[in-house]
Amino acid sequence: MPVKLAQIASWLQAEVLSGHEALEREVLLAHAADMMSDVLAFSHPGSLLLTGLANPQVVRTAEVAGIRAVVFVRGKRPSEAVTLLAQEFDLPLMTTAYSMFDACGLLFAQGLRGWSLPEGRA
Amino acid sequence: MTPPQDQEPEFLHAFTIAANDFAGAGQVSIAVKNLLKEVGFSAQCLRRVAIVAFEAEMNVVMYGGGGGLSVYLAPTLVRLVVEDQGPGIPDLDLAMQEGWSTATPEMREMGFGAGMGLPNIKRNSDRLEIHTSPGRGTKLVAEIILT
Repeated sequence: MPVKLAQIASWLQAEVLSGHEALEREVLLAHAADMMSDVLAFSHPGSLLLTGLANPQVVRTAEVAGIRAVVFVRGKRPSEAVTLLAQEFDLPLMTTAYSMFDACGLLFAQGLRGWSLPEGRA
Repeated sequence: MTPPQDQEPEFLHAFTIAANDFAGAGQVSIAVKNLLKEVGFSAQCLRRVAIVAFEAEMNVVMYGGGGGLSVYLAPTLVRLVVEDQGPGIPDLDLAMQEGWSTATPEMREMGFGAGMGLPNIKRNSDRLEIHTSPGRGTKLVAEIILT
């Protein structure tokens, strides 16, 4: 189910850190991971990434894997340098106070899916 | 999947990978992706090349003590050659197993070192050769066929 970033931000009561002008873009699926190799191995292009990591590798991994936007969970906030890097790659970033589990659960309850469910691949 | 002789790839560009530059790690792979984007590949091929480059670059930064990445190009093939002068991989079969890792806590904090790097490289390559021996560094040659 394609979901607009503005809708994700609203569901997660998230603060948008970069990409304010890009909130009309849609994500198709979601992927949650703290291991960037897991994102490289299993995520699908056009996905939303939820992560508790907030370093430059998250942004570079997103660029390499075709991730469309990143949500930092449990109130994580990247440094200024990471936000600038995301702007360079035109990658929207947001942060939510919810934990990884709760953030994923809220999005799932609204209909967003991951790649491992048949309905996520539709 | 050996390419035909007339498809021997030509050298395109060489990048240097700095040792232990954890903050900058990944820059080379993004540069590789941008370089090939200009040539005009499908998004799916670019993604596979970039994933191979990124995991290999992380390995050189984390374990290899710095090194280099060279890009070779044929009409239907990209070849990445990634070399370092690090300690080498003592047991390659073990290192190819998903989940096997010698990563330090610092590496894991960056989101790497879960023992998925080499398996990810293999998964996204159509042909992969790794030459390594203790004390003599590692040379990885990965080819991705362009579709």
